[in-house]
Amino acid sequence: MTTRYSSDHEWIRMEGDVAVIGITDYAQEQLGDVVYVELPDPGRKVKPGDDAAVVESVKAASEVYAPVSGEVVEVNAALADNPALVNEDPAGAGWFLKVRLSNPSEIEALMDEAAYKAFVADL
Amino acid sequence: MDSGLLQTPLHAHHVALGARMVGFAGYDMPVQYPDGVLAEHNWTRSSAGLFDVSHMGQAMLVASDRSHETAAAALEALVPAEIVALEPGAQRYTQLLNDTGGIIDDLMVTRPAEPALDGSLLLVVNAARKDVDHDHIAARLPAGVTLRPMPDRALLALQGPHSAAILGEMSEASTVLPFMAAASMPLCGIDCHVSRSGYTGEDGFEIAIAGEDVVELWDRLLSDERVRPIGLGARDSLRLEAGLCLYGHDIDETTSPVEAGLTWSIGRRRRVEGGFPGFERIARELADGPARRRVGIIPEGRAPAREGTEIVVDGNVVGSVTSGGFGPTLGGPVAMGYVASAFAPVESRVDLLVRGQPRPARIAKMPFVPHRYAR
Repeated sequence: MTTRYSSDHEWIRMEGDVAVIGITDYAQEQLGDVVYVELPDPGRKVKPGDDAAVVESVKAASEVYAPVSGEVVEVNAALADNPALVNEDPAGAGWFLKVRLSNPSEIEALMDEAAYKAFVADL
Repeated sequence: MDSGLLQTPLHAHHVALGARMVGFAGYDMPVQYPDGVLAEHNWTRSSAGLFDVSHMGQAMLVASDRSHETAAAALEALVPAEIVALEPGAQRYTQLLNDTGGIIDDLMVTRPAEPALDGSLLLVVNAARKDVDHDHIAARLPAGVTLRPMPDRALLALQGPHSAAILGEMSEASTVLPFMAAASMPLCGIDCHVSRSGYTGEDGFEIAIAGEDVVELWDRLLSDERVRPIGLGARDSLRLEAGLCLYGHDIDETTSPVEAGLTWSIGRRRRVEGGFPGFERIARELADGPARRRVGIIPEGRAPAREGTEIVVDGNVVGSVTSGGFGPTLGGPVAMGYVASAFAPVESRVDLLVRGQPRPARIAKMPFVPHRYAR
Protein backbone atom coordinates (compact mmCIF):
# COMPACT_ATOMS: atom_id res chain seq x y z
CA MET A 1 0.00 0.00 0.00
CA THR A 2 1.54 3.26 -1.15
CA THR A 3 0.87 6.53 0.61
CA ARG A 4 1.95 9.75 -1.03
CA TYR A 5 1.79 13.34 0.10
CA SER A 6 1.14 16.69 -1.56
CA SER A 7 2.77 20.00 -0.73
CA ASP A 8 -0.74 21.14 0.33
CA HIS A 9 -0.57 18.61 3.19
CA GLU A 10 -2.85 15.95 1.79
CA TRP A 11 -2.17 12.24 1.96
CA ILE A 12 -3.11 10.00 -0.96
CA ARG A 13 -3.35 6.26 -0.34
CA MET A 14 -3.84 3.94 -3.31
CA GLU A 15 -6.45 1.18 -3.09
CA GLY A 16 -6.34 -0.41 -6.56
CA ASP A 17 -7.01 2.38 -9.03
CA VAL A 18 -8.78 4.50 -6.41
CA ALA A 19 -6.95 7.12 -4.37
CA VAL A 20 -8.21 7.74 -0.82
CA ILE A 21 -7.46 11.36 0.08
CA GLY A 22 -7.30 13.13 3.42
CA ILE A 23 -5.30 15.82 5.16
CA THR A 24 -2.18 15.12 7.15
CA ASP A 25 -1.67 15.25 10.88
CA TYR A 26 0.41 18.38 10.34
CA ALA A 27 -2.50 20.02 8.49
CA GLN A 28 -5.11 19.19 11.14
CA GLU A 29 -2.74 20.45 13.82
CA GLN A 30 -2.36 23.75 11.97
CA LEU A 31 -6.10 24.11 11.40
CA GLY A 32 -7.13 23.40 14.96
CA ASP A 33 -10.59 22.11 15.87
CA VAL A 34 -12.42 21.19 12.66
CA VAL A 35 -16.13 22.10 12.85
CA TYR A 36 -17.30 21.57 9.27
CA VAL A 37 -16.16 19.77 6.13
CA GLU A 38 -17.74 20.41 2.74
CA LEU A 39 -17.22 17.56 0.31
CA PRO A 40 -17.87 17.32 -3.45
CA ASP A 41 -20.70 15.32 -4.98
CA PRO A 42 -19.64 11.86 -6.20
CA GLY A 43 -19.28 11.88 -9.97
CA ARG A 44 -17.45 15.20 -10.06
CA LYS A 45 -14.32 15.27 -12.19
CA VAL A 46 -11.30 16.95 -10.61
CA LYS A 47 -7.77 17.75 -11.70
CA PRO A 48 -4.75 18.88 -9.67
CA GLY A 49 -5.33 22.31 -8.15
CA ASP A 50 -9.14 22.19 -8.32
CA ASP A 51 -11.07 22.96 -5.16
CA ALA A 52 -12.10 19.53 -3.95
CA ALA A 53 -13.31 20.25 -0.42
CA VAL A 54 -13.48 22.93 2.24
CA VAL A 55 -12.42 22.34 5.82
CA GLU A 56 -13.45 24.86 8.46
CA SER A 57 -12.06 25.44 11.93
CA VAL A 58 -13.72 27.68 14.51
CA LYS A 59 -11.89 30.64 13.04
CA ALA A 60 -11.45 30.11 9.33
CA ALA A 61 -12.29 28.18 6.17
CA SER A 62 -9.54 26.50 4.13
CA GLU A 63 -9.73 25.01 0.66
CA VAL A 64 -8.56 21.47 0.03
CA TYR A 65 -7.19 21.11 -3.50
CA ALA A 66 -7.36 17.95 -5.56
CA PRO A 67 -3.86 16.44 -5.69
CA VAL A 68 -4.68 14.16 -8.65
CA SER A 69 -6.97 13.91 -11.69
CA GLY A 70 -10.00 11.70 -11.77
CA GLU A 71 -13.59 11.18 -10.76
CA VAL A 72 -14.86 11.43 -7.20
CA VAL A 73 -16.37 8.03 -6.42
CA GLU A 74 -17.09 8.36 -2.70
CA VAL A 75 -16.91 10.90 0.11
CA ASN A 76 -16.70 10.32 3.86
CA ALA A 77 -20.30 10.82 5.00
CA ALA A 78 -19.27 10.43 8.65
CA LEU A 79 -17.62 13.88 8.57
CA ALA A 80 -21.01 15.58 8.23
CA ASP A 81 -22.02 14.66 11.76
CA ASN A 82 -18.56 14.31 13.26
CA PRO A 83 -16.05 16.67 11.64
CA ALA A 84 -13.79 16.24 14.68
CA LEU A 85 -12.74 12.89 13.13
CA VAL A 86 -10.36 14.98 11.03
CA ASN A 87 -8.52 15.98 14.22
CA GLU A 88 -8.83 12.65 15.98
CA ASP A 89 -7.76 10.32 13.17
CA PRO A 90 -6.63 12.34 10.14
CA ALA A 91 -4.95 9.39 8.41
CA GLY A 92 -7.82 6.97 9.05
CA ALA A 93 -11.46 7.66 9.97
CA GLY A 94 -10.99 11.31 9.05
CA TRP A 95 -10.49 10.63 5.32
CA PHE A 96 -12.19 13.05 2.90
CA LEU A 97 -12.81 11.51 -0.51
CA LYS A 98 -11.99 8.73 -2.95
CA VAL A 99 -10.97 9.52 -6.53
CA ARG A 100 -10.68 7.01 -9.39
CA LEU A 101 -7.50 8.13 -11.11
CA SER A 102 -7.58 9.11 -14.76
CA ASN A 103 -3.82 9.56 -14.87
CA PRO A 104 -2.13 7.17 -12.41
CA SER A 105 1.32 8.51 -13.26
CA GLU A 106 0.48 11.69 -11.33
CA ILE A 107 1.02 9.68 -8.15
CA GLU A 108 4.70 9.38 -8.96
CA ALA A 109 5.12 13.16 -8.82
CA LEU A 110 3.90 13.29 -5.22
CA MET A 111 6.15 12.99 -2.18
CA ASP A 112 6.77 9.73 -0.38
CA GLU A 113 6.66 9.70 3.41
CA ALA A 114 10.34 10.47 3.88
CA ALA A 115 10.17 13.41 1.47
CA TYR A 116 7.04 14.77 3.14
CA LYS A 117 8.61 14.50 6.58
CA ALA A 118 11.60 16.46 5.33
CA PHE A 119 9.25 18.99 3.70
CA VAL A 120 7.36 19.57 6.97
CA ALA A 121 10.56 19.75 8.98
CA ASP A 122 11.67 22.68 6.80
CA LEU A 123 8.46 24.70 7.35
CA MET B 1 13.69 37.02 14.21
CA ASP B 2 12.27 40.55 14.30
CA SER B 3 8.63 40.40 13.24
CA GLY B 4 8.13 44.10 13.87
CA LEU B 5 5.33 43.15 16.24
CA LEU B 6 5.01 44.56 19.74
CA GLN B 7 4.93 42.26 22.75
CA THR B 8 2.99 42.40 25.98
CA PRO B 9 4.91 41.79 29.23
CA LEU B 10 3.51 38.22 29.18
CA HIS B 11 4.85 37.32 25.72
CA ALA B 12 7.49 34.87 26.94
CA HIS B 13 4.90 33.23 29.19
CA HIS B 14 2.54 32.62 26.28
CA VAL B 15 5.35 31.06 24.26
CA ALA B 16 6.41 28.90 27.22
CA LEU B 17 2.81 27.68 27.62
CA GLY B 18 2.95 26.47 24.00
CA ALA B 19 0.69 29.14 22.54
CA ARG B 20 0.42 29.64 18.80
CA MET B 21 1.30 33.30 18.31
CA VAL B 22 -0.17 35.53 15.61
CA GLY B 23 0.04 39.19 14.70
CA PHE B 24 -3.01 41.06 15.97
CA ALA B 25 -3.34 44.86 15.99
CA GLY B 26 0.43 45.19 15.82
CA TYR B 27 1.08 42.78 18.70
CA ASP B 28 2.36 39.22 18.71
CA MET B 29 -0.52 37.57 20.60
CA PRO B 30 -1.62 34.03 21.57
CA VAL B 31 -4.44 32.87 19.28
CA GLN B 32 -4.68 29.55 21.11
CA TYR B 33 -2.85 27.42 23.63
CA PRO B 34 -2.36 23.65 23.25
CA ASP B 35 -5.91 22.95 24.53
CA GLY B 36 -7.31 24.53 21.34
CA VAL B 37 -10.10 27.00 20.68
CA LEU B 38 -13.04 24.68 21.41
CA ALA B 39 -11.69 23.52 24.77
CA GLU B 40 -10.69 27.07 25.74
CA HIS B 41 -14.12 28.39 24.83
CA ASN B 42 -15.89 25.67 26.82
CA TRP B 43 -13.54 26.10 29.78
CA THR B 44 -14.38 29.80 29.97
CA ARG B 45 -18.11 29.07 29.92
CA SER B 46 -17.82 26.38 32.60
CA SER B 47 -14.97 27.49 34.89
CA ALA B 48 -12.68 30.52 34.43
CA GLY B 49 -10.51 31.69 31.54
CA LEU B 50 -7.56 34.06 31.86
CA PHE B 51 -6.88 36.42 28.96
CA ASP B 52 -3.90 38.69 28.39
CA VAL B 53 -5.48 41.80 26.88
CA SER B 54 -2.55 44.09 27.59
CA HIS B 55 -2.50 45.12 23.93
CA MET B 56 -5.60 47.23 24.55
CA GLY B 57 -5.12 50.96 24.94
CA GLN B 58 -5.44 52.37 28.45
CA ALA B 59 -5.46 56.10 29.08
CA MET B 60 -6.58 58.60 31.66
CA LEU B 61 -8.49 61.76 30.87
CA VAL B 62 -7.61 64.34 33.51
CA ALA B 63 -9.22 67.69 34.36
CA SER B 64 -6.71 70.05 35.98
CA ASP B 65 -9.45 71.47 38.22
CA ARG B 66 -10.03 67.96 39.66
CA SER B 67 -13.73 68.24 38.83
CA HIS B 68 -15.60 65.22 37.51
CA GLU B 69 -17.98 67.54 35.65
CA THR B 70 -15.10 69.13 33.75
CA ALA B 71 -13.64 65.80 32.62
CA ALA B 72 -17.05 64.30 31.91
CA ALA B 73 -18.23 67.27 29.85
CA ALA B 74 -15.04 67.10 27.76
CA LEU B 75 -15.66 63.41 27.00
CA GLU B 76 -19.38 63.91 26.39
CA ALA B 77 -18.45 66.20 23.50
CA LEU B 78 -16.97 63.10 21.78
CA VAL B 79 -19.31 60.23 22.82
CA PRO B 80 -23.11 59.75 23.08
CA ALA B 81 -23.19 58.14 26.55
CA GLU B 82 -24.21 59.76 29.82
CA ILE B 83 -20.85 60.46 31.49
CA VAL B 84 -21.60 63.46 33.74
CA ALA B 85 -24.05 61.44 35.85
CA LEU B 86 -21.63 58.51 36.31
CA GLU B 87 -21.31 57.66 40.01
CA PRO B 88 -17.86 57.08 41.48
CA GLY B 89 -16.76 53.56 40.56
CA ALA B 90 -19.24 53.24 37.68
CA GLN B 91 -18.25 52.02 34.22
CA ARG B 92 -19.91 52.73 30.88
CA TYR B 93 -19.63 51.33 27.36
CA THR B 94 -19.68 53.99 24.65
CA GLN B 95 -18.31 54.98 21.23
CA LEU B 96 -16.13 57.76 19.88
CA LEU B 97 -18.16 59.19 16.99
CA ASN B 98 -17.14 61.07 13.88
CA ASP B 99 -19.04 64.05 12.48
CA THR B 100 -21.36 61.79 10.48
CA GLY B 101 -22.20 59.57 13.45
CA GLY B 102 -19.88 56.75 12.40
CA ILE B 103 -17.92 54.88 15.06
CA ILE B 104 -14.22 55.75 15.36
CA ASP B 105 -13.88 53.20 18.15
CA ASP B 106 -15.82 51.66 20.99
CA LEU B 107 -14.49 51.97 24.51
CA MET B 108 -15.05 51.53 28.23
CA VAL B 109 -15.12 54.61 30.45
CA THR B 110 -14.76 54.38 34.22
CA ARG B 111 -15.10 57.08 36.85
CA PRO B 112 -12.63 56.07 39.57
CA ALA B 113 -14.22 55.14 42.88
CA GLU B 114 -11.59 57.00 44.91
CA PRO B 115 -12.47 60.64 45.77
CA ALA B 116 -8.78 61.52 45.39
CA LEU B 117 -9.00 60.61 41.71
CA ASP B 118 -12.09 62.68 40.97
CA GLY B 119 -11.71 64.70 37.82
CA SER B 120 -10.17 61.76 35.98
CA LEU B 121 -11.75 59.12 33.74
CA LEU B 122 -10.15 55.82 32.81
CA LEU B 123 -10.52 54.83 29.16
CA VAL B 124 -9.89 51.41 27.58
CA VAL B 125 -9.88 51.41 23.78
CA ASN B 126 -9.15 48.83 21.08
CA ALA B 127 -5.49 48.02 20.40
CA ALA B 128 -5.76 48.63 16.67
CA ARG B 129 -7.32 52.05 17.24
CA LYS B 130 -5.39 53.49 20.15
CA ASP B 131 -3.20 55.85 18.13
CA VAL B 132 -6.19 57.09 16.10
CA ASP B 133 -8.26 57.48 19.27
CA HIS B 134 -5.57 59.25 21.26
CA ASP B 135 -4.92 61.75 18.45
CA HIS B 136 -8.67 62.27 17.95
CA ILE B 137 -9.35 62.86 21.65
CA ALA B 138 -6.28 64.99 22.33
CA ALA B 139 -7.06 67.29 19.41
CA ARG B 140 -10.57 67.98 20.71
CA LEU B 141 -10.07 68.50 24.43
CA PRO B 142 -10.72 71.93 25.93
CA ALA B 143 -8.04 73.78 27.86
CA GLY B 144 -7.58 72.26 31.29
CA VAL B 145 -8.29 68.68 30.23
CA THR B 146 -5.52 66.38 29.06
CA LEU B 147 -5.26 62.79 27.87
CA ARG B 148 -2.52 60.67 29.42
CA PRO B 149 -1.92 57.38 27.60
CA MET B 150 -0.73 54.63 29.94
CA PRO B 151 1.35 52.38 27.67
CA ASP B 152 3.05 50.71 30.63
CA ARG B 153 -0.18 49.34 32.06
CA ALA B 154 -1.10 45.72 31.46
CA LEU B 155 -4.64 44.33 31.41
CA LEU B 156 -5.90 40.84 32.30
CA ALA B 157 -9.42 39.49 31.95
CA LEU B 158 -10.66 36.68 34.19
CA GLN B 159 -13.95 35.44 32.75
CA GLY B 160 -16.34 32.63 33.59
CA PRO B 161 -18.67 31.38 36.33
CA HIS B 162 -15.86 30.63 38.81
CA SER B 163 -14.18 34.02 38.38
CA ALA B 164 -15.87 35.64 41.37
CA ALA B 165 -14.92 32.84 43.75
CA ILE B 166 -11.33 32.81 42.52
CA LEU B 167 -10.81 36.55 42.76
CA GLY B 168 -12.76 36.67 46.02
CA GLU B 169 -10.10 34.50 47.65
CA MET B 170 -7.54 37.16 46.75
CA SER B 171 -9.64 40.22 47.60
CA GLU B 172 -13.03 40.35 49.27
CA ALA B 173 -13.54 43.78 47.73
CA SER B 174 -13.88 42.18 44.29
CA THR B 175 -16.91 40.11 45.28
CA VAL B 176 -19.09 43.12 46.14
CA LEU B 177 -18.51 44.82 42.76
CA PRO B 178 -21.67 44.68 40.64
CA PHE B 179 -21.53 44.39 36.84
CA MET B 180 -20.00 47.52 35.25
CA ALA B 181 -18.47 48.80 38.49
CA ALA B 182 -14.80 49.21 39.35
CA ALA B 183 -12.52 49.80 42.31
CA SER B 184 -8.84 49.80 43.20
CA MET B 185 -7.73 46.91 45.38
CA PRO B 186 -4.57 44.94 46.09
CA LEU B 187 -4.29 41.48 44.52
CA CYS B 188 -1.31 39.45 45.85
CA GLY B 189 -0.16 42.69 47.44
CA ILE B 190 -0.06 44.50 44.08
CA ASP B 191 -2.14 47.61 43.39
CA CYS B 192 -4.76 46.77 40.78
CA HIS B 193 -7.77 48.45 39.28
CA VAL B 194 -10.51 45.86 38.95
CA SER B 195 -13.76 46.19 37.03
CA ARG B 196 -16.58 43.67 36.80
CA SER B 197 -16.87 43.48 33.05
CA GLY B 198 -15.63 41.57 30.07
CA TYR B 199 -16.12 40.46 26.51
CA THR B 200 -17.45 36.92 26.85
CA GLY B 201 -21.02 37.28 28.14
CA GLU B 202 -19.93 35.58 31.37
CA ASP B 203 -19.46 37.03 34.83
CA GLY B 204 -15.89 38.20 35.16
CA PHE B 205 -13.35 40.89 35.78
CA GLU B 206 -10.84 43.02 33.96
CA ILE B 207 -7.76 43.84 35.98
CA ALA B 208 -5.51 46.79 35.12
CA ILE B 209 -2.05 46.48 36.66
CA ALA B 210 1.45 47.88 36.18
CA GLY B 211 3.20 46.03 33.34
CA GLU B 212 6.13 45.15 35.60
CA ASP B 213 3.79 43.39 38.06
CA VAL B 214 1.50 41.52 35.68
CA VAL B 215 3.64 38.37 35.44
CA GLU B 216 3.26 37.74 39.16
CA LEU B 217 -0.53 38.09 39.05
CA TRP B 218 -0.78 35.98 35.86
CA ASP B 219 1.21 33.15 37.46
CA ARG B 220 -0.77 33.37 40.67
CA LEU B 221 -4.11 33.17 38.86
CA LEU B 222 -2.93 30.29 36.65
CA SER B 223 -1.79 28.35 39.72
CA ASP B 224 -5.49 27.92 40.53
CA GLU B 225 -6.66 24.70 38.87
CA ARG B 226 -9.96 26.35 37.93
CA VAL B 227 -8.11 28.83 35.70
CA ARG B 228 -6.69 28.17 32.23
CA PRO B 229 -5.16 30.60 29.71
CA ILE B 230 -7.40 31.52 26.79
CA GLY B 231 -6.29 32.88 23.41
CA LEU B 232 -7.76 35.30 20.92
CA GLY B 233 -9.51 32.51 19.00
CA ALA B 234 -11.83 31.65 21.87
CA ARG B 235 -12.12 35.32 22.81
CA ASP B 236 -13.68 35.83 19.37
CA SER B 237 -16.07 32.87 19.52
CA LEU B 238 -17.14 33.83 23.06
CA ARG B 239 -17.90 37.44 22.16
CA LEU B 240 -19.70 36.37 18.97
CA GLU B 241 -22.03 34.07 20.93
CA ALA B 242 -22.54 36.95 23.40
CA GLY B 243 -23.59 39.20 20.47
CA LEU B 244 -20.83 41.72 21.20
CA CYS B 245 -19.35 43.89 18.44
CA LEU B 246 -15.77 43.58 17.21
CA TYR B 247 -14.41 46.90 15.99
CA GLY B 248 -13.36 46.95 12.34
CA HIS B 249 -15.79 44.13 11.59
CA ASP B 250 -19.24 44.74 13.14
CA ILE B 251 -18.76 48.47 13.64
CA ASP B 252 -16.60 51.01 11.84
CA GLU B 253 -16.53 54.64 10.71
CA THR B 254 -19.57 54.09 8.45
CA THR B 255 -21.87 52.41 10.98
CA SER B 256 -23.79 54.42 13.57
CA PRO B 257 -24.56 53.17 17.09
CA VAL B 258 -28.27 53.07 16.18
CA GLU B 259 -27.64 50.84 13.15
CA ALA B 260 -25.33 48.69 15.26
CA GLY B 261 -28.03 48.03 17.86
CA LEU B 262 -26.15 50.05 20.48
CA THR B 263 -28.94 52.55 21.13
CA TRP B 264 -29.11 51.26 24.72
CA SER B 265 -25.68 52.84 25.28
CA ILE B 266 -26.84 56.34 24.21
CA GLY B 267 -27.83 58.39 27.28
CA ARG B 268 -31.49 59.41 27.55
CA ARG B 269 -30.63 63.06 28.16
CA ARG B 270 -28.20 62.96 25.27
CA ARG B 271 -30.79 61.65 22.80
CA VAL B 272 -32.67 64.90 23.42
CA GLU B 273 -29.85 67.36 23.98
CA GLY B 274 -27.28 66.00 21.57
CA GLY B 275 -23.94 67.75 21.91
CA PHE B 276 -21.90 64.92 20.39
CA PRO B 277 -20.57 64.41 16.85
CA GLY B 278 -23.07 63.02 14.36
CA PHE B 279 -26.09 63.93 16.51
CA GLU B 280 -28.06 64.97 13.41
CA ARG B 281 -27.86 61.48 11.89
CA ILE B 282 -28.42 59.71 15.18
CA ALA B 283 -31.48 61.82 16.06
CA ARG B 284 -32.90 61.09 12.59
CA GLU B 285 -32.25 57.36 12.93
CA LEU B 286 -33.79 57.32 16.41
CA ALA B 287 -36.90 59.07 15.09
CA ASP B 288 -37.34 57.30 11.74
CA GLY B 289 -35.42 54.06 12.26
CA PRO B 290 -32.13 53.33 10.50
CA ALA B 291 -31.99 52.03 6.92
CA ARG B 292 -30.04 48.96 8.02
CA ARG B 293 -29.55 47.13 11.28
CA ARG B 294 -27.03 44.78 12.83
CA VAL B 295 -28.72 41.44 13.39
CA GLY B 296 -27.93 37.98 14.65
CA ILE B 297 -28.02 35.21 12.05
CA ILE B 298 -28.31 31.46 12.55
CA PRO B 299 -27.45 29.48 9.41
CA GLU B 300 -29.37 26.23 8.93
CA GLY B 301 -27.16 23.19 8.64
CA ARG B 302 -23.57 23.16 9.77
CA ALA B 303 -21.73 25.35 7.26
CA PRO B 304 -20.37 28.54 8.87
CA ALA B 305 -20.87 31.83 6.99
CA ARG B 306 -17.79 34.00 7.27
CA GLU B 307 -17.29 37.76 7.26
CA GLY B 308 -18.16 39.21 3.84
CA THR B 309 -20.79 36.58 3.01
CA GLU B 310 -23.66 38.20 1.09
CA ILE B 311 -27.14 38.04 2.60
CA VAL B 312 -29.81 37.53 -0.06
CA VAL B 313 -33.62 37.60 -0.14
CA ASP B 314 -35.42 36.58 -3.35
CA GLY B 315 -32.17 36.89 -5.24
CA ASN B 316 -31.50 40.46 -4.07
CA VAL B 317 -28.55 41.30 -1.86
CA VAL B 318 -29.93 42.85 1.36
CA GLY B 319 -26.79 42.89 3.47
CA SER B 320 -23.64 41.07 4.45
CA VAL B 321 -22.13 39.11 7.30
CA THR B 322 -19.66 41.06 9.46
CA SER B 323 -18.66 38.27 11.88
CA GLY B 324 -19.32 34.61 11.42
CA GLY B 325 -18.04 31.27 12.53
CA PHE B 326 -18.83 28.36 14.76
CA GLY B 327 -20.39 28.80 18.18
CA PRO B 328 -19.04 26.03 20.41
CA THR B 329 -21.68 26.55 23.13
CA LEU B 330 -24.47 26.59 20.53
CA GLY B 331 -22.89 23.64 18.76
CA GLY B 332 -23.38 25.13 15.33
CA PRO B 333 -22.67 28.04 13.04
CA VAL B 334 -23.52 31.58 14.12
CA ALA B 335 -23.07 34.99 12.55
CA MET B 336 -23.93 38.65 12.75
CA GLY B 337 -24.23 41.19 10.00
CA TYR B 338 -26.17 44.11 8.62
CA VAL B 339 -29.42 43.82 6.67
CA ALA B 340 -31.88 46.37 5.29
CA SER B 341 -34.29 47.09 8.13
CA ALA B 342 -37.23 45.38 6.39
CA PHE B 343 -35.41 42.06 6.83
CA ALA B 344 -34.22 42.68 10.40
CA PRO B 345 -37.16 41.28 12.43
CA VAL B 346 -36.31 38.10 14.34
CA GLU B 347 -37.26 34.93 12.45
CA SER B 348 -37.01 36.64 9.04
CA ARG B 349 -35.79 34.14 6.46
CA VAL B 350 -32.71 34.97 4.41
CA ASP B 351 -30.18 33.12 2.26
CA LEU B 352 -26.43 33.31 2.75
CA LEU B 353 -24.26 33.02 -0.36
CA VAL B 354 -21.57 30.63 0.87
CA ARG B 355 -19.11 29.82 -1.94
CA GLY B 356 -21.74 30.88 -4.45
CA GLN B 357 -24.45 28.60 -3.06
CA PRO B 358 -27.51 30.11 -1.31
CA ARG B 359 -27.91 28.53 2.09
CA PRO B 360 -31.00 29.19 4.24
CA ALA B 361 -30.65 31.08 7.50
CA ARG B 362 -32.84 33.00 9.91
CA ILE B 363 -32.48 36.29 11.74
CA ALA B 364 -32.09 35.53 15.44
CA LYS B 365 -32.18 37.40 18.71
CA MET B 366 -28.85 38.28 20.30
CA PRO B 367 -27.14 37.34 22.50
CA PHE B 368 -27.12 33.82 21.09
CA VAL B 369 -25.95 32.52 24.48
CA PRO B 370 -27.59 34.30 27.44
CA HIS B 371 -25.41 36.77 29.32
CA ARG B 372 -24.63 35.69 32.87
CA TYR B 373 -23.44 38.98 34.31
CA ALA B 374 -23.50 39.67 38.07
CA ARG B 375 -26.38 42.12 38.25
